Amino acid sequence: MESENKIVPVLELKDLRKSFGENTVLNGFNLKLYKGENLVVMGKSGSGKSVMIKCLVGLIEADSGSIRIKDHDITKLGQKELDILRTEIGFLFQGSALYDSMTVRENLEFPLRRHKKKLELKGHTETLVIEALTNVGLADAIDLMPAELSGGMQRRVALARALILKPKIILYDEPTTGLDPITSKEIIQLMRTIQDTYNTSSLIITHDVDCARVISNRMILLVDGINYAEGTYQELIASQDPKVQAFFKN
Amino acid sequence: MGKTKTILDNSKVFFAEVGDISYFTARFFREVFKPPFEFKELLRQCFNMGNRSLLLVVVTGFILGLVFTLQSRPTLMEFGAESWMPSMVGISIVREIGPVIIALICAGRIGSGIGAELGSMRVTEQIDAMEVSGTNPFKYLVVTRIVATTLMLPLLIIIGDTVALLGSALIENLKGEVSYLLYFNQVFDAITYADIIPATIKSFFFGFAIGLVGCYKGYYCSKGTVGVGEASNAAVVYTSMLLFIIDFIAVFITDIFF
Repeated sequence: MESENKIVPVLELKDLRKSFGENTVLNGFNLKLYKGENLVVMGKSGSGKSVMIKCLVGLIEADSGSIRIKDHDITKLGQKELDILRTEIGFLFQGSALYDSMTVRENLEFPLRRHKKKLELKGHTETLVIEALTNVGLADAIDLMPAELSGGMQRRVALARALILKPKIILYDEPTTGLDPITSKEIIQLMRTIQDTYNTSSLIITHDVDCARVISNRMILLVDGINYAEGTYQELIASQDPKVQAFFKN
Repeated sequence: MGKTKTILDNSKVFFAEVGDISYFTARFFREVFKPPFEFKELLRQCFNMGNRSLLLVVVTGFILGLVFTLQSRPTLMEFGAESWMPSMVGISIVREIGPVIIALICAGRIGSGIGAELGSMRVTEQIDAMEVSGTNPFKYLVVTRIVATTLMLPLLIIIGDTVALLGSALIENLKGEVSYLLYFNQVFDAITYADIIPATIKSFFFGFAIGLVGCYKGYYCSKGTVGVGEASNAAVVYTSMLLFIIDFIAVFITDIFF
């Protein structure tokens, strides 16, 4: 079964390139995410991790290269097809990105509005919202405003919102940034629980070595716009390459 | 050589900005008639902009009427023309002063609010989050706000004009012993459709400009929290300039047809 999962990646980047003026951020980056896998991409701040993950969902247009998600090349999709495909991808933003003028309930209902038909959700919205909040342990916060939540709670609500459409792929952009060590551990644990519950494949962008150690099945180090090194956590930590060592020493 | 380069660079930036805002406007017209329509959000925005600006408009309008009448009285009295006061104030407020002053007040209140709100949503990735969830943020955030300002500003201007006339009538009643009935009879005798129609049409364009510039500056905000402040500030400055340009064009056209 595991080998079958490994054959066709659910997400694949090939030779991805992106520059902002003279500044080349991605210079031929490649990546394959397989079903049920937790793939961690690590890189220094400003190395292009967030640009890469935003290219993946079409928030930033890549200069060249192909981005395939479940047999669709997203660079060739129209807006409507892209919006449908996005329902299969959950995205946890670095700063949670909760809509601050809406309650927690409205935040979770928001992604459901345009996809009720496709998901056959008539009358089930409330159930889905409560289920997603229960899965992140925040069912009591349903009527609170984001400003009334702590950083960790906001991250949990954002995770619940990412899960509300029951996606098969979840993209995490720095899931533990800005959180204290204890809350970070809780979020990492939650990510693992969610993977078990929802059977998702996860792409995690981080520079948090602890997060990578706990959650990754495989890791890619993004250096100078390319995948500089690849392997399991143990393989990379044993590497003698100074650039790879630099990540783990700090 | 240095000066020429600076002028060229500034021209480039100016024309790029004009191009971007033209594209933004074209996108608004493309999206506004295309379903799905965000009626609930539109109503919420209309309520926010109309209801929350009402007190400011009423206070400003009332003081405008008071001050305008107090300042004009001595001059008109000098020429023995104080009986012309209601007609002069009525026409001035309905045709010009009311719409422009209320629009400027709303540019500060509504335009800067839109710029700051959308700018903050942009830098905190809330707009990206909407896009990723398969919702069109342009339609949800921009179209609803521009339509709301376009619809609400004429209403606010009508209310502001009415309150300004009430303020003026109060001064005339206190200082000139003119009854309210006589005052308003004279005002309505003086005002014609040729005064009301162009002013109303103009106020729709004022509302559109306030919404458009506020949304444009906020939607493309960058540079973090500093950018939010800049977006909010630029929304007011650019809108104010645009209001005077629209007013000039409107007066010019009115002069030809009425």
